[in-house]
Amino acid sequence: MAYPTDRKYTKEHEWIQASGATATVGITDHAQESLGDIVFVELPKVGAELAAGKTFGTVESVKAVSDLYAPASGTVTEINADLATSPEKVNKDPHGSWMMKITLKNAGELDALLSAADYEKFVAEEAGH
Amino acid sequence: MKYNPRVNEAVARVEGIANGHPYQPEKISQGALQILKTLSECLIEITGMDAITLQPAAGAHGEMTGLLIVRAYHHSQGRPRKKVLIPDSAHGTNPATAAMVDYAVENLKSDSRGMVDITALEAQMSEDVAALMLTNPNTLGVFEQEIHKIADILHAKGGLLYMDGANMNALVGKVRPGDFGVDVMHLNLHKTFSTPHGGGGPGSGPVAIKKKLEPFLPAPVLMTKSDGTLGFEYNRPQSVGRVRAFYGNFGMFVRALAYIQANGPDGLRQTTEDAVLNANYIRKGLEGTYDLPYSTPTMHEVVFSDKVQAKKGVRTMDIAKRLIDYGFHPYTTAFPLIVPGALMIEPTESESKEEMDLFIEAMKSIAEEVQEDPQTVLDAPHSTRVSRLDETAAARKPVLRWKPAV
Repeated sequence: MAYPTDRKYTKEHEWIQASGATATVGITDHAQESLGDIVFVELPKVGAELAAGKTFGTVESVKAVSDLYAPASGTVTEINADLATSPEKVNKDPHGSWMMKITLKNAGELDALLSAADYEKFVAEEAGH
Repeated sequence: MKYNPRVNEAVARVEGIANGHPYQPEKISQGALQILKTLSECLIEITGMDAITLQPAAGAHGEMTGLLIVRAYHHSQGRPRKKVLIPDSAHGTNPATAAMVDYAVENLKSDSRGMVDITALEAQMSEDVAALMLTNPNTLGVFEQEIHKIADILHAKGGLLYMDGANMNALVGKVRPGDFGVDVMHLNLHKTFSTPHGGGGPGSGPVAIKKKLEPFLPAPVLMTKSDGTLGFEYNRPQSVGRVRAFYGNFGMFVRALAYIQANGPDGLRQTTEDAVLNANYIRKGLEGTYDLPYSTPTMHEVVFSDKVQAKKGVRTMDIAKRLIDYGFHPYTTAFPLIVPGALMIEPTESESKEEMDLFIEAMKSIAEEVQEDPQTVLDAPHSTRVSRLDETAAARKPVLRWKPAV
């Protein structure tokens, strides 16, 4: 699957799509692929303060439970409540199934993240290990 | 080790042992206390440590006790610390334990050989680090060859080296953790010393320590009194406290000691050698058929990946399910997490060459099926009363209540 170029990526396999001071966050196709069938997504409460690089929730598959890491600092304004009852949507459409929306504290933080091409390269290198 | 020798059960049923009660006065419990003492001495000898508590009732319980001791030690030094370092190949219980004992967990990357990355460790080590929790050999079945250096890096900044003894069956009689710089470790009597593991055990997770940590051992501590009899000492002001009713799972101490004494030092060493030999036999037999992500020498278990088979859409879980049709209990799937699509195979010392040959043949046959007719493998098992269970649906839409048919 090609990685959409309208957003940035982290080495922890999250994507973040900014529009002005707000941003949408989800996990990548590679993340859902390595996790396998996702059975539960735990997200923060609206209003929660996030720090870049710190965990904001967990995603549970039949294989393992993994932490979700915030790509940027900010405040949670909305979560995708749909995922509570239909976590399989993350498997089906990882780049469309967003997890939360946040108000960015410092939009400059996104500059340090990976572009779609860089992320794809990073994933390929990781797989070659 | 999943082998529970009959001699263990015979000894555990000796009348005086089977009918003993923890509320018996010490005076008439000398035999039971002698069992605790002899087992403690054997385990100290095997691990090369200085003292031990037999109280913890399982491996994870041992980890927690060990880290409580670590925390009490740092407090006594007037320097409580904040972090515990844990390699990315570790068992999941390690970070869980560190978090329960109120430490922040910091992940430590493995290098291309599957060992702790020394440069990363040096960079991450600071005076905020309470301990490194290390499994040796680690979950890839790889011995940490630079263990002395790892210990030195920790000790130089006042940190402690914790060893998870989950894989101690690869070391018994050959190498002693106490000699390679470990300060505190737990053993699993139900893994390394043949006490029951499945079916509820119960488990037993003794914690062995170096001298400087002795004041912090859980109370009570077994001791020899001035009149030469054995008893418990409760006056331990720096102790982390009791971690288990009475003195732990006594029935398991009897079995572990029976196993140790029935084998003797040479027998235990042979057990280790056979476990390592068997794992390497499997490795040699399947190398080339299945991808081997780390070529570092194998100890008691070997980890392959499903990389070759994944190209046909067949993953580790599918191969494991197919193995049931061949009459084998499947290997561990998808662990350790640093190997995507892991097949972890630990034959242990108790499998014969004939049995392993059959296993290798079955695995090779499945690999051929994957190439020629992957659907057979994807739909496995075929020979069981119940076909493949839908774990995903069970987790996504769990049925938690039984409702009678109306």
